[in-house]
Amino acid sequence: MMWLFLRKQKYLIDFTLSSLLRRKGKSLGLLAVYILIVFMLASVTLFTHALRKEAGLMLQASPEIIVQRMQAGRHALIPADYLQRIGRLRGVTQKEGRLWGYYYDPAVKANYTIMTAGQVAAPLTEIIIGTGIARARGLAVGDYLTLRSQNGEAFSFEIAALLDEKSELVSADLLLMSPQAFRRLFNVPEGVYTDLVLSVRNPREVRKVAEKLTLQLPDTRPILREEVLRTYDSVFSWRQGILFVLLTGSILAFVIFAWDKASGLSAEERREIGILKAVGWETADVMRMKFWEGMIISLSAFMIGYLAAYAHVFYASASLFEPVLKGWAVLYPQFRLTPFVDGLQLATLLFFTVLPYIVATIIPIWRTSITDPDAVMR
Amino acid sequence: MLLNPAIMALVLVSLVVCSMLLLASGFAIQVLRHWNIGSGSEQQLVLERRTYLISTLLIWAFGFELMSLLLFIYNAESMSGQFVGAMCATGVLNVNGWGWPTLMLKIAVFFCGAVWLALNYLDNQGYDYPLVKYKYRLLLAILPLVVAEFILQLLHFTNMDPDVITSCCGTLFSSQAEGVAAEVSGLPPRNMMLLFVITGVIVILSGLRVALRGRGSWWFALFGTAAFAVALTSIVSFISLYIYEHPHHHCPFCILKSGHDYIGYILYVPLFISAALAMSVGVLSSWRGIPSLTLTVDSIIPRLSWIAVMCYLLFYLAAVWSVWASNLTMVEVWL
Repeated sequence: MMWLFLRKQKYLIDFTLSSLLRRKGKSLGLLAVYILIVFMLASVTLFTHALRKEAGLMLQASPEIIVQRMQAGRHALIPADYLQRIGRLRGVTQKEGRLWGYYYDPAVKANYTIMTAGQVAAPLTEIIIGTGIARARGLAVGDYLTLRSQNGEAFSFEIAALLDEKSELVSADLLLMSPQAFRRLFNVPEGVYTDLVLSVRNPREVRKVAEKLTLQLPDTRPILREEVLRTYDSVFSWRQGILFVLLTGSILAFVIFAWDKASGLSAEERREIGILKAVGWETADVMRMKFWEGMIISLSAFMIGYLAAYAHVFYASASLFEPVLKGWAVLYPQFRLTPFVDGLQLATLLFFTVLPYIVATIIPIWRTSITDPDAVMR
Repeated sequence: MLLNPAIMALVLVSLVVCSMLLLASGFAIQVLRHWNIGSGSEQQLVLERRTYLISTLLIWAFGFELMSLLLFIYNAESMSGQFVGAMCATGVLNVNGWGWPTLMLKIAVFFCGAVWLALNYLDNQGYDYPLVKYKYRLLLAILPLVVAEFILQLLHFTNMDPDVITSCCGTLFSSQAEGVAAEVSGLPPRNMMLLFVITGVIVILSGLRVALRGRGSWWFALFGTAAFAVALTSIVSFISLYIYEHPHHHCPFCILKSGHDYIGYILYVPLFISAALAMSVGVLSSWRGIPSLTLTVDSIIPRLSWIAVMCYLLFYLAAVWSVWASNLTMVEVWL
């Protein structure tokens, strides 16, 4: 019984394929438009999803809580004695002050992110730079980089090392120097930090710790890692949503196109259906054949479009709409996204492409299949 | 919240299914009024032709509905990162009062759709469309469910406010805001375990009776539905605990994740199939009296029952296995 059913479907598919091949021009035209639609939507989905993943992975290593001092609603330097004022908070395993800032380099018209690190050998003369800066300035290990300090003096630093290329997404514009050099370069007095970071072992305690902080240090704001992650998550899906809305126009155009293709039968196709019915096919058989036709076109378009989008995003760095989704900068990191395919994204994509096609073709297919044989063959 | 692609897809699917059913219902009313198989009038001919369109529309509509049920759960799962305190789909469904009702309605529509499709299949086997009026009456009864689902789902999505850092960045609203409860509490496991075993045995025995003797179809449908409900509550009440190996984690969705070897699919897929089949068996068996259907009913009911029994067995084996293989021992505590 089951076997019979499967055999019947197999013959129907066989017949459909050969009839599609007989009308190559029409089928290929539809297929091309279909592939293009899938390709565009899939590129957007794959790209934003990979970026979102990347951001999440990056933030995994960041501290649970960042404490910033606010003054008149603006971020201000935080005194080191705040670390003592926080005292011993239960659940906080580590707390320290950070020094970081930005440096605008007029030579390459770009901002460097400067952070402090203890691992520089000669504190006042050595720095470590990211590969983005090295590329922009044409620097190598052993070269010198001169930075102008807050009060106009020039400081020369020897490049002790380059940061690992693997971390380029986050470290392209990074410049590491010692705290002493940082304080001299930016004229930051001893005893203040840019912000404080706290590590909390148990994720469930993070919000309680933050609450205690706001009570103890009313002029600060704690920023939680989970909040940052949540924001990234929403922002990326929102961006993706906007692009989808913009592409709705093309989906609609595609729906109309598919409807038109399915309802505008050529005289030859009409005759074909007429003959099929005359030799004993029922309306349901014709509809089944048309169903397979839709499935074959949809699935091939979906697979080809999706694979093309995959190649576009992960091998060609999504060159078509990179600037929109990623933003741009002079020191832009060169990176290749980690390929990531997700079931939910795939299902969403199916709903946006295959569903409209099916819905658009149901009624035209029905119209075709109820044709009377004598009406077309006369 | 409507600008999330998965949410847009879900709303789109609901809208499409709604309009398909509305279209079909308009036709259903015409059929109920004017259908007369004995007549050769032009109108009757048009109606007969249109039944093909309506069946196709509804097969697709219920197929889409099934996929949207899955997408709804996946989406809830993936959005859990955007709400304070939501750790999995349960938390997202708890974000407002509309989440759980939407899920329930989706499940209800799935079963109604399955029964309707079975009825439609049976009807097409008879040369004189004997069930045409019943099947369209049933369709008119399903329509409000689908419309309600669309509205509830829209309310669920529009009333979501993701807890994100506001433009002033980082003012800690989350300490004031109540988190979303990510837990569902189960019924007392001891009674549930007992009930689970009893319903399991009864449903399989009654299924075998239908499959072998062709009798007691309605009982099978009844027990099948009851076993479905008991199985779902049991998953929440004690099966999930054994899968997570954690005495307080009751979530019925996390078992679908890769971390638990996707065991949820082995539980839910057979359970849903078998319950849908059991209900269909009950409904189909009532039409044995119609001459043009007797043969079909007699051949189809044992077949469906066998598949249903197999699926129930698969479900119960998977459930028992996940309790058996677990490192958690709770029996001494509960019994």
